[in-house]
Amino acid sequence: MTALLAVRSLTVDFAASPPVRAVDSVDLSVAERESVAIVGESGSGKSQLLHACTGLLAPNGRATGSVRFDGMELLGPGNRAAAVRGRGIGFVFQDASGSLTPHRRVGDQLAEIASATRGLDRDASRIESRRLLDCVHLPDAGQRLREYPHELSGGMRQRVAIALALAARPRLLFADEPTTALDVTVQAEILALLAGLCREFGMALLLVTHDLGVVASLADRIAVMNAGRLVETAAAADFLRGPKHPYSASLLAAVPTLAGLQ
Amino acid sequence: MSLLELRGVTVRYRQPGDGARDLAAVDGVDFAIAEHEMLGLVGESGCGKTTLGRSILRLVPLAAGEVHWRGRRIDGLSQRAFRPLRRELQCVFQDPHACLDPRMTIAASVAEPLRALERGLAPVERARRARLRLEEVGIADELARRYPHQLSGGQLQRAVIARALIVDPGFVVCDEPVSALDVTIQGQIVELLGRIRVERRLASLFISHNLAVVARLCERVMVMYRGRIVETGTRRDIVSAPLHPYTRELLDAVPVIDVRARERLLRRAQRARPAAVDRAPAGGCAFAARCPHALPLCRAERPQLMKAESGRQVACHRAGEWPGGLPSSMAG
Amino acid sequence: MSGGLWREALGALRDDRLAMTSAALLGVIAFAALVGPSLIDYREDEIDWSNMAAPPFEAEGHWLGTDRLGRDLLVRTLFGLRVSLAIALAATLVSLVIGVAWGALAGFRRGRTDALMMRFVDVLYSLPQVFFVIILTVVFGRSPLTLLVAIGAFGWLTMARIVRGQALALREREFVDAAIVGGSGTLRIVGRHIVPNLLGPVIVYATLTLPQVILVESFLSFLGIGIQEPLASLGNLIADGAAEMETAPWMLAVPAACLMLVVFCFNFLGDGLRDALDPRDR
Repeated sequence: MTALLAVRSLTVDFAASPPVRAVDSVDLSVAERESVAIVGESGSGKSQLLHACTGLLAPNGRATGSVRFDGMELLGPGNRAAAVRGRGIGFVFQDASGSLTPHRRVGDQLAEIASATRGLDRDASRIESRRLLDCVHLPDAGQRLREYPHELSGGMRQRVAIALALAARPRLLFADEPTTALDVTVQAEILALLAGLCREFGMALLLVTHDLGVVASLADRIAVMNAGRLVETAAAADFLRGPKHPYSASLLAAVPTLAGLQ
Repeated sequence: MSLLELRGVTVRYRQPGDGARDLAAVDGVDFAIAEHEMLGLVGESGCGKTTLGRSILRLVPLAAGEVHWRGRRIDGLSQRAFRPLRRELQCVFQDPHACLDPRMTIAASVAEPLRALERGLAPVERARRARLRLEEVGIADELARRYPHQLSGGQLQRAVIARALIVDPGFVVCDEPVSALDVTIQGQIVELLGRIRVERRLASLFISHNLAVVARLCERVMVMYRGRIVETGTRRDIVSAPLHPYTRELLDAVPVIDVRARERLLRRAQRARPAAVDRAPAGGCAFAARCPHALPLCRAERPQLMKAESGRQVACHRAGEWPGGLPSSMAG
Repeated sequence: MSGGLWREALGALRDDRLAMTSAALLGVIAFAALVGPSLIDYREDEIDWSNMAAPPFEAEGHWLGTDRLGRDLLVRTLFGLRVSLAIALAATLVSLVIGVAWGALAGFRRGRTDALMMRFVDVLYSLPQVFFVIILTVVFGRSPLTLLVAIGAFGWLTMARIVRGQALALREREFVDAAIVGGSGTLRIVGRHIVPNLLGPVIVYATLTLPQVILVESFLSFLGIGIQEPLASLGNLIADGAAEMETAPWMLAVPAACLMLVVFCFNFLGDGLRDALDPRDR
């Protein structure tokens, strides 16, 4: 079975003085309906990996290697990644303001994506917006459609951002630290939402985070990155029972838990 | 006599365009911190915990209530009269990238409180003390000469701690000091704070939205929701036998790393789940809208913070009904 | 204090070819204006009876020709540059000092102080500048100093507005809270934290203001309200030149070209400075 997303020897370099190699020859694959988490500290290259796959690299960055989505090569000239973005791949950013325009109402933004990616007319896209907000369990959806992003709380904004990502019915969802800016209680809710949605719509998920606590409940497979290289990849259950690499073990040990007190 | 005492502290913000109705960010908070005690304050964003910290430091004015420091009332003082107290009351802020002037070197930022509060010091002596403090938190001389944008989050936060300590305060407000940092660095900073607190016998208010982090450092913990304290107790009590439904929710949200985590998450996903309602209900318990155990009484009448067994306090009408503390809804 | 940061900005500026060329040109022009007249045989008010209204390169020793009174155009233009640049620099400096102090204080204090201070600015802003210059000139006579005061008196207004906006934003930054907790008072915070952090936009605005001031001064001198004959400024040189446009076009072309060149250079330099200082400030 070919993977939905196949990353081979991906290397990302940034032109600076001295030049920086953010990602160093990474191999990774994500199968249909699979949830894969990439875990690493700031500066490990995990976000750059995501950006390279979706064509969001900064102007002075260069990606070499191969990234194939459903057989189609995303790297290389012609910015094919942009065409796939929003049509087969959805993106959820850390800060919802990365996906939400501050001066437009929530409903309008959702309707715009729905009609752009699926060619719906105005009425159909409005109904679709409502449906999407219901999917992400946003209470009082009718009211929310009329509001502006700044009128919502952080957790609600993130739900809207997820709804936006879902609008194009993606088969693969990229999530870049989707819960890092949120409170612990809201984090749990958003993670539960993501897990539920992936199951319900049969989406694959590639999630990037620095917090193994986030990942433990969500991932089928866990990949650990350090200084641009993939250090360990394993099935989640195996990984949590006992990571093989010392760096992975240190990441696991760093998660604050209530152990010893309960 | 306690070191710091708050009585009925209330802070209001004017809500723009809502009929100019005032929002009580902090609503009648009472507590006391003893010498050398580190008290934890947990709550979600918007619950008023940051505002509470800022009100102690005289960064926001009180709408009502009193703040007492070493038995002396300090909330009514003007900024000028308050200044000498700043040698005793310091702060470690949340975002190290934001609380350091980007145009000053680390060493200069750390030495700055000395410039303001100990005017007679010679520059050489100031620099020496800054160097000592930076050493204490593990920042090398080489790094101290650099600018904030050249250091990592963890290094910056160490510098922020050094700056808070340079005037030898008796009390430090730690406002979410690790929330903006990677998980791996969080542990280091928490350890550093713990060490410093023991070595210097500092009293402190440790504010965070993450109960696990607070429980690591603080013997006593307060839980805050929408401007009010809803539960207090030792960390052991809070974690093993929570009395307030919100505390239970906080506990359930702390990630547990084991192989059953996935099932628990999917079960949570299936539960009914609306995100919290924004408008604070008039009258009645503020948590009622979110509470799985809410009764009509809860929506009608606001529960007061009352004493429970063994020195704990809780604000909940149904507090006595679960003798061993509320059970987890994530059981399994 | 923040030497390393300025060095970084200078490095970025060095990469901007247009800005560096402009800076170099301005340097050459300034040097010529200062030193040039002493190298030329003719003085700026010296009348050469034998070479009245001579075109460039034709008359002996007059590189750029003469005006209708036989005065060497090159020398007069260089002198004009001196006067125009001096007034522009002085007026901009005055605007800068007053504007920054005013705006920073207003923005930091917020509330009533801010409202009062900025209402004052608004009132002054609504007064017609040219009108005031005329009144001042009538009362105090036409001299470079009067002109300087007149231009400076209005120049600081926009600077104060810009600075106040920046100061308001800076006031909300966490490092200001940190400074308050660290015991610093208003003056110390404004001087050590607010002002250094808004110098970037201020410098950019100043380099873009300079050419504006030159143009204003030139305009006023052109109208006859500014610099008086026999003293030369780019403005009154252009006025003379405009009168003789059909018979002696070089009289207009030379000072006008000079003015244009200086204005362009300052604008490009200002753009370059903004690019060098801004992105990192974000």
